[in-house]
Amino acid sequence: MNEPTRLPIELNVNGQKRALTIAPWTTLLDLLREHLDLTGTKKGCDQGQCGACTVLIDGRRVISCLTLAVTKDGASVTTIEGLAQDGKLHPLQQAFIDHDAFQCGYCTPGQICSAAGLIAEGKAKTADEIRELMSGNICRCGAYPNIVAAIQQAMGQQS
Amino acid sequence: MIGFEYARASNVADAVSQMAASPAAKFIAGGTNLVDLMKVHVERPTKLIDISKLPLDKVEETGGGLRIGALVRNTDLAYHPLVETRYPMLSSAIMAGASQQLRNMASVGGNLLQRTRCAYFYDLTTACNKREPGAGCAAIDGHNRMNAILGTSDACIAVHPSDMCVALAVLEASVHVTGPRGERVIALTDFHRLPGDTPQRDTNLEADELITAVEVPPQGFSTNYTYLKIRDRLSYAFALVSVAVGLELNGSKIKEARFALGGVAHKPWRNAAAEASLSGQSASEAAFAEAADIVLRDAKGFGHNTFKIDLARRAIVRALSQAARGTPQSQSSKKIA
Repeated sequence: MNEPTRLPIELNVNGQKRALTIAPWTTLLDLLREHLDLTGTKKGCDQGQCGACTVLIDGRRVISCLTLAVTKDGASVTTIEGLAQDGKLHPLQQAFIDHDAFQCGYCTPGQICSAAGLIAEGKAKTADEIRELMSGNICRCGAYPNIVAAIQQAMGQQS
Repeated sequence: MIGFEYARASNVADAVSQMAASPAAKFIAGGTNLVDLMKVHVERPTKLIDISKLPLDKVEETGGGLRIGALVRNTDLAYHPLVETRYPMLSSAIMAGASQQLRNMASVGGNLLQRTRCAYFYDLTTACNKREPGAGCAAIDGHNRMNAILGTSDACIAVHPSDMCVALAVLEASVHVTGPRGERVIALTDFHRLPGDTPQRDTNLEADELITAVEVPPQGFSTNYTYLKIRDRLSYAFALVSVAVGLELNGSKIKEARFALGGVAHKPWRNAAAEASLSGQSASEAAFAEAADIVLRDAKGFGHNTFKIDLARRAIVRALSQAARGTPQSQSSKKIA
């Protein structure tokens, strides 16, 4: 087929303005990993089923593998690389370390971004509610009890 | 993904005229289902018309009811104060579906237009009449555990995957659409189709039409309702069987009963005779079981999914009991109420 039409977009990624020209089928996940070398966001299933690619767009958690980047022109994106501030870990990152809330670590960036979205939503109060609203993030190592404990610690610090 | 052109729609009229000019195009809003299907080449649009920035994202009061813009995100609808208080069954059904990330992306209009998750529809190496009319149906004699037991045809036994639509069927919502021939309103219960011999058509929306809003009438069943979803894991899974119920009670007597099933048919499944059998009756397990029997009289299993007939019967009785008692199923506590 003919050379695809590339489109200019501008995103604010982790506080930095990024102007790019991309093919319309570029997912936000591939843009982050392949175009911006931000490989903290992980490609798990690439079908919206595992949550490993979770990032925040304008403060809300979404699945970056099912997001076409062109549809987000002008948006602010926060990835795992953007959570630590001034060299200090985000409370969720510290809590995941404190609670050993991972084994292989592959789902962890998605878990932490998802948890940051969950805390911003302010809907989850109990462990049951955390579990339900984190169900879009699969951990095949089964670190779930420690993930819930880590989120509870971070929620306590921020409330 | 196969290459495609991309353009943003500047307003609703522009979206409609761009579609009229490119019949093999698709509208994109949240993209949660469309992008997924494009990755596996089940959907192959030549162009995407981006409607995600159109001003169809408001929830407005309309003389006691609500007009919900087609681009309202699923989470925003579920958490809307007027929905939580007046239509808690709708909030509950939305929160029972997908994950919070997907609900943050998915639009109301897109939820209505979800394609089936039948594994054979997704698998290009197998026969599927929905994907390729005339090819046959690999599900009928295949692994059909997730497939339909009601309203099936020799051509297709797929189910509609939405939870939200099951609640909208009970609420008797209507779907506002616009297209080159003007605007029209389709009752939600007439919006999705049975497969018959045209399973490639999921809905009565024409390919060149755009959903602009979903309207729910005032009656919200906010006291006696439930959304009970039975699935293979406790969260983030499609329904084996789900039941949305809305009851109006007069003391212990049922004034009006409405219920719909998800996960069992090509559309949210209501049965007028079963609902009518409950009116004027006392709320009792015996009456609920009789209503369930009416719904399932013509149910047909295909081997792996035959258990759904019994499961549906019990889920209907359980859901009607939850609604009558005023103890709706919580979507976070997994204890069956």
